[in-house]
Amino acid sequence: QEVSVEVLDHLEHLALVDFRDSEGVERLQKAIQFADQLHEVNTDGVEPMDLVLEDRWCLYLREDDVTEGNCTKELLENAREKVEEYFVAPPGNIPLPKLEERDTFLQSS
Amino acid sequence: LAPWVPVVGLEIHAQISSNSKLFSGSQVQFAAPPNSLVSFFDASLPGTLPVLNRRCVEAAVMTGLALNCSINKKSLFDRKHYFYADLPAGYQITQQRVPIAVNGSLSYSLCIDSKMSQMVTKTVRIKQIQLEQDSGKSLHDDTRSQTLVDLNRAGVGLMEVVMEPDMCCGEEAAAAVRELQLILQTLGSSQAVMAEGQLRVDANVSVHRPGEPYGVRTEVKNINSIRFLAKAVDYEIQRQIEELENGGTILNETRAFDSKLGCTVPMRDKEGKQDYRFMPEPNLPPLILYDAKSLPANMNHQQVINIDWIHERLPDLPSVKREKLVEQYGILPEHSFALLNEDGLAEFFESVVKQTQMKPKKVIGWILNHLLSYLKQYSLTVKESPISSFLLADLLNLLEKKEISSTAAKQVLAELWKGEGKTPLEIVKEQKLELLQDQKELEQICQAVIDGQENEVIMMVPG
Repeated sequence: QEVSVEVLDHLEHLALVDFRDSEGVERLQKAIQFADQLHEVNTDGVEPMDLVLEDRWCLYLREDDVTEGNCTKELLENAREKVEEYFVAPPGNIPLPKLEERDTFLQSS
Repeated sequence: LAPWVPVVGLEIHAQISSNSKLFSGSQVQFAAPPNSLVSFFDASLPGTLPVLNRRCVEAAVMTGLALNCSINKKSLFDRKHYFYADLPAGYQITQQRVPIAVNGSLSYSLCIDSKMSQMVTKTVRIKQIQLEQDSGKSLHDDTRSQTLVDLNRAGVGLMEVVMEPDMCCGEEAAAAVRELQLILQTLGSSQAVMAEGQLRVDANVSVHRPGEPYGVRTEVKNINSIRFLAKAVDYEIQRQIEELENGGTILNETRAFDSKLGCTVPMRDKEGKQDYRFMPEPNLPPLILYDAKSLPANMNHQQVINIDWIHERLPDLPSVKREKLVEQYGILPEHSFALLNEDGLAEFFESVVKQTQMKPKKVIGWILNHLLSYLKQYSLTVKESPISSFLLADLLNLLEKKEISSTAAKQVLAELWKGEGKTPLEIVKEQKLELLQDQKELEQICQAVIDGQENEVIMMVPG
């Protein structure tokens, strides 16, 4: 079963991934096929499991003390652009152009 | 044609009052140099992990209990994905599937008439309360076409309180939020000051004809005060009614309230229906809470949250405080509302009552009609009042002992307000405001007045 171009385009918008070429799309399809094997198991009446150790992993509760922060300089070293200790970002989200408007492998498929 | 039925639901985000953030140890503070209260986790640097703050969980449990919710002994954390410059991880950790508290209720009161003499109690159902992260702050610099990002707020703990659409107008929404604000402040789980962004309200509004299904709803954001909340909701209801009556349709959109124009406008930057791709937060196991029955024997106390222990230590909620005031002092319910509506006023009232022989029912008039109006006029809080409870009690005692008249008392109050350190008695003496008790002295004065106004007296006597 193939993944439609609409779904691939939707995923590229949502996650900003680039499937790049037929190999990338193929890899995605194989991953979906692999996960679909789960449908072969009857899970009626069984609670979904999120984490393998969820029954034995005690969520650690931290005391409400201030132990971090105050490292503005270090953090801003990662910024491509900064203005007076603020990170600089574009004025708003720049959405991925629509399928018709961008040069992508998906168009030809 | 039957009138339209407006439907209003609210989503409220209350910032948790804690020293450090929900999943990291950086400080929670309102005004601080940009990006100074940010840890590596808050900045979403690779290799960092969330560590849950115990105080935030307790705050959510307290709030859930105060709102009559069922506390979920097992709740889960999820990731809600979307891109925005002030959300460095690209997702927010929230509780979408199983939140910490569900199915509660909030009772609030409304005045039927404008004179505040008749109050009616209403209830709104609380769908759920969930713990989640706050995002950072974006400052839009339109001149340079850029956004400046400050992550100080990123990761601060929030309680999202979801109210069912049981309200019908701006007044109800405002009253419900006001009561929630008082409850949160009483619990101490949030300071809930809207002006500082500690309490944010989004309103969901729709209208429909009676008997028909609910109409399309819009979400109204950018509401910065309780007053604006009422205005925004009422405007949106009117806008939708007008639109529908003119044959138009309502779009399921997000609108912003423009406080200057008093209207709602469609919000820009809307990228169509969002797909948040919710998934379980893989770095956090379920949050387990205990009660007296399920308390594990061998666990470290610091790692255990006991719902019953928290329940036993809840302070008196505003509704209980009001009942006690009415019962103890014989004041009217609307008086108790007014007392609790102003920070410190109830305590001031009780302090005055203790120090004066005047009956509480009379004292309340002086507190609400005089002291409070002075405070409002000069925009002062009770704490900042130049008149202490001691001074006011002193004044009321003079009045009660009939040493001065009511009019004179008001004059003394005006003088006391100047805060020059004089006692009521000193002011009374200075301004010669003592009531004369001596019958003879009174007769002499009256006679002198009549003598001085002979002509007027002659004209009056025959008639």
